[in-house]
Amino acid sequence: MSELLTPTFLTAFVASGILAGIPLLFAALGETIAEQSGVLNVGLEGMVLSGAFAGFLGTLATGDIWVGLLLGGLVGLIVSGFMVVFCVRLGLDQIVVGISIVLTAEGATSLLHGAMFGKSYPRLDAIPELKIPFLGDIPILGGSLFTQPAPVYAALVLVAIVGWIFRRTSAGLSLRAAGERPDSLDAAGVSVVTVRTIAELTCGALAGIGGAYMAIVGAGTFVPFLTNGMGFIAIVIAMLGRGRAWGPVLGALLFGMSMSLSTALQLFGIAIPVDVVQMLPFVSVMVVLVLFTRQSRLPAALGLPYLRGAR
Amino acid sequence: MTAPAKPADAVRDASPGRAGAIADGVVRSVGPIVLAFLFCGLLLLLLGRDPLAFYGNIVTAGVLRPSGLQDSITRMAPVLLIAAGLVIVFRANLWNLGTDGQFLFAAAMVAGLGPIVLAVVPGPIGWLFLMAVAMAVGAMWTVIPALLKARYGINEIITTMMMTFIGVGVANLLVKGPFKGTTMVPQTAVVPKALMLTDIPGTSIHIGVFVALAVVVIVHLALTRTSFGTRLDVLGANPRAAVHLGIDVQRLTVTAFALSGALIGLAAAVDILGIFGYMRADWNPAYGLKVVPIVFLARLNALAIVPFAIFFSIVSIGGEYAARQASLPSDFILYVVGLILIFMVITQYLSDKRARGERILPRRAAKAAADV
Repeated sequence: MSELLTPTFLTAFVASGILAGIPLLFAALGETIAEQSGVLNVGLEGMVLSGAFAGFLGTLATGDIWVGLLLGGLVGLIVSGFMVVFCVRLGLDQIVVGISIVLTAEGATSLLHGAMFGKSYPRLDAIPELKIPFLGDIPILGGSLFTQPAPVYAALVLVAIVGWIFRRTSAGLSLRAAGERPDSLDAAGVSVVTVRTIAELTCGALAGIGGAYMAIVGAGTFVPFLTNGMGFIAIVIAMLGRGRAWGPVLGALLFGMSMSLSTALQLFGIAIPVDVVQMLPFVSVMVVLVLFTRQSRLPAALGLPYLRGAR
Repeated sequence: MTAPAKPADAVRDASPGRAGAIADGVVRSVGPIVLAFLFCGLLLLLLGRDPLAFYGNIVTAGVLRPSGLQDSITRMAPVLLIAAGLVIVFRANLWNLGTDGQFLFAAAMVAGLGPIVLAVVPGPIGWLFLMAVAMAVGAMWTVIPALLKARYGINEIITTMMMTFIGVGVANLLVKGPFKGTTMVPQTAVVPKALMLTDIPGTSIHIGVFVALAVVVIVHLALTRTSFGTRLDVLGANPRAAVHLGIDVQRLTVTAFALSGALIGLAAAVDILGIFGYMRADWNPAYGLKVVPIVFLARLNALAIVPFAIFFSIVSIGGEYAARQASLPSDFILYVVGLILIFMVITQYLSDKRARGERILPRRAAKAAADV
């Protein structure tokens, strides 16, 4: 075991944990925003998947990672638009609409991929990494945390901004009020529907960017069902984060590591069956849920449509 | 919270104007399906495929060819059982979205134990034993989400989903590990055709289809004629009222989940013992989310599941052929099913609005129409 704990191993472990965790971070951050405003976005998986496909197409066509990420975010935003129209505006059942978004996105991406590429899976070029001066020379952390593609740093900055908005701005207050006491917010003269619309669209865009990152940087390609339940894990992370912006960072890193543990071990010739590898993140989610159930705290009006005058 | 059929709706439908109510029900159920196929046709057009030929192929392969028709009827068995399992929880406004994990874990157990058990006790006793094992496994796989929901109110949508991914992994580990047969490819040993569920003479339709139909009737009676069904309805309509009525909500939640999982496990047993006789690693028919719309279209009425199950089976059998012909992945059915769900909630919304005597069109659109 001791020879496992070499700098090379740890560097690879942390680096691949971050690689797997960043899409989760984006998606979970988006879901946190949506949940805080009272929208339970079950369709997150569908938004991540559509974003992944769009991002892959964007980068494949232009060779530019930023175009891919932008396109992924845009498509995620469009998909979340369905959630806005049906659930936020018309007050339809968030769970049924969410499930239908997941199904439709899975079917549509698979169909489009099949029609465009058939059985071939074109690969994207590797993404250049940005090594931060000085910090990048620290052992282990330097080669992993501080030598990452630029979007990773952007994600962390984003978390700080969202945290600031949550805590320090009136927009953040309105957001949380929309999730806890929508009627009070309405009485205070702020439109619940507008707040939730903005929150949900932001969530969709972030989920799309997360998916695009997963396809462009993580996988370097797109295969149907690429996300394989990642959106659902992001929902759990958002739930356990208790509405704090830093929650997703911790959760994403934890689950990213659990996904990458097997990859890192394989580097050392320790073979773990691929099924165990795929199960591991879900097992850790269940373990965390069972252990920390009481940690999760959800907004009071989560999942309930807000219709003026309706009780 | 759940949009589709609440008990109050059922009462209203049975009141005077029954023919009108039935017509309304048909519109609400068939409308979304028609719209979904229309939209799917548009996507096919966009992809440069001929939708009419595509749908024609579905009908040809799913109904018109004798072998296709028999396949469609056989496909009904698991679909009916899963739908029956889902009706039980959906009535209580509980979400069991973990079908695939429960199904595959049970399927792996049946496929692994089947050849051994049936070699010793062939015939009905062996089948019943294997079905019981499958039901127990399916029920067991719902216990953690059910307890988390009952005790701590943890969202069961998420937990059942998580358990699905774990269950799929466990099933694969079983098939590749202890249950691996002697072949090179990772799959279980095979149950000889003679020991599998008996076919109707001259066809490939196995008796599991009748088991499934019988279960649907039993579930319907249990939901409509027993206090258990009523308690589920109360829990679904208002959990707080259920507590005030003295219903043991925690126990009812766990029971409903266990029954649901058991029927899904039974579906797996019927599929393995009736059609396949073995299980390949990484085999996953992924019935789970696709069956959800059937249950809603049937408006949580167990008997009404049957026509939708027939329809779904035809589309899924015929669709595999049609997709191959169009050189597309057969996942188009996910797309159709997703669209059906969304059109279903929209139809429900509009018809509720009409029932309240409101305009269906938004005010501005209605005014514009009046001005013209």
